[in-house]
Amino acid sequence: MNDMNHADIERRMPVESVLRHLAQVRGEDQIVISNQSSARLWPRLSSHRLDFNYNPSTMSGAVPFAVGLAIARTDREVMVLSGDGSLLMSLGCLVTAVASGAANLSVVLLDNGVYEVTGGQKTPASESAVDYAGFAAAAGFPNVSHFWELGDFKCRTREVLAARGPRFLWLEVGTTPRDVFQDKHAPITERLSNFQAALRRDERA
Amino acid sequence: MFTGPEIVETLEQAGVSHVVWLPDSTLGPWEPDLESSSKLQLIRVCREGEAWPLAAGLLVAGQAPIVMMQTTGLFESGDAMRNVLFDLRLPVFAVIGARNWLIAESGDSAKRFTQAILQAWELDWVLIESEADKPKLAEHYRACTQAGQAGVVLLAEGSG
Repeated sequence: MNDMNHADIERRMPVESVLRHLAQVRGEDQIVISNQSSARLWPRLSSHRLDFNYNPSTMSGAVPFAVGLAIARTDREVMVLSGDGSLLMSLGCLVTAVASGAANLSVVLLDNGVYEVTGGQKTPASESAVDYAGFAAAAGFPNVSHFWELGDFKCRTREVLAARGPRFLWLEVGTTPRDVFQDKHAPITERLSNFQAALRRDERA
Repeated sequence: MFTGPEIVETLEQAGVSHVVWLPDSTLGPWEPDLESSSKLQLIRVCREGEAWPLAAGLLVAGQAPIVMMQTTGLFESGDAMRNVLFDLRLPVFAVIGARNWLIAESGDSAKRFTQAILQAWELDWVLIESEADKPKLAEHYRACTQAGQAGVVLLAEGSG
């Protein structure tokens, strides 16, 4: 547990910098599932064939979706970007992820303390010392890390993503720039179809 | 109604790859047989709302999963199902145990709302309520798979 005040949003890592770094270090053959706010921001930073920006989604659906992919594609690493509001809605999915045996899975928690898509209302965890790393460790994740300082995160990202999976990365981040919510995207069925086609091509290659 | 070996044989012959489930007392006894199948992989979820997107991930990656849960779980997981079946338009198939369906005098509200909920979600469902109905599971699965659409088998539970 760090000594940071969770409400001290000024000290949190800029989410755009965090995601830009993840886009830079992600493996060429790695699947990335973004969700909720990250599904709006990630397309500005990455247009990889194995990206799926899962929006609209059901809240808390991204981690199970990624677990399914990871089980089916053990030859590929799968990274899922989940918000804290979504994860809080179904903490049991951490247990499911570990029980699935998906060692090729990285769950990246983008914790900003708010329900940002709906305008930034606080989550029940926003003013308490909720220990997401503790949740993940207790669920059985063999590798759990926690970052709240950008330099440290950038230094250690490759190391933690290479550790034995499934991995859980708790990242304390600031809020997403509001203008990304105005971005237009292709319909989800079209994006999903492209993603499926990329998975099939990737499997044949 | 189905024994464990019967459900395994039915699902294996249908080409199902994964069973994503949160069992009830009728489905639960199938666990040892599902788990020992060499062709099926049993995936346990903590909450029914996880089952639909997890099955979606499997399906998107080319597998042939089904979801298995009780009607109460179907009700609980409605938004997850809505997203997967209607936003993503993925043809996830489900076997749903219909709690107390066969108990004529049951006042169980889960029984009362089952049919209305299935119809409200515009699901293509068939009912299995007797031994003679058992072939419907494979038939409906095959029909839905060929049509590329979601489907539900409602498995009547209770005495009978």
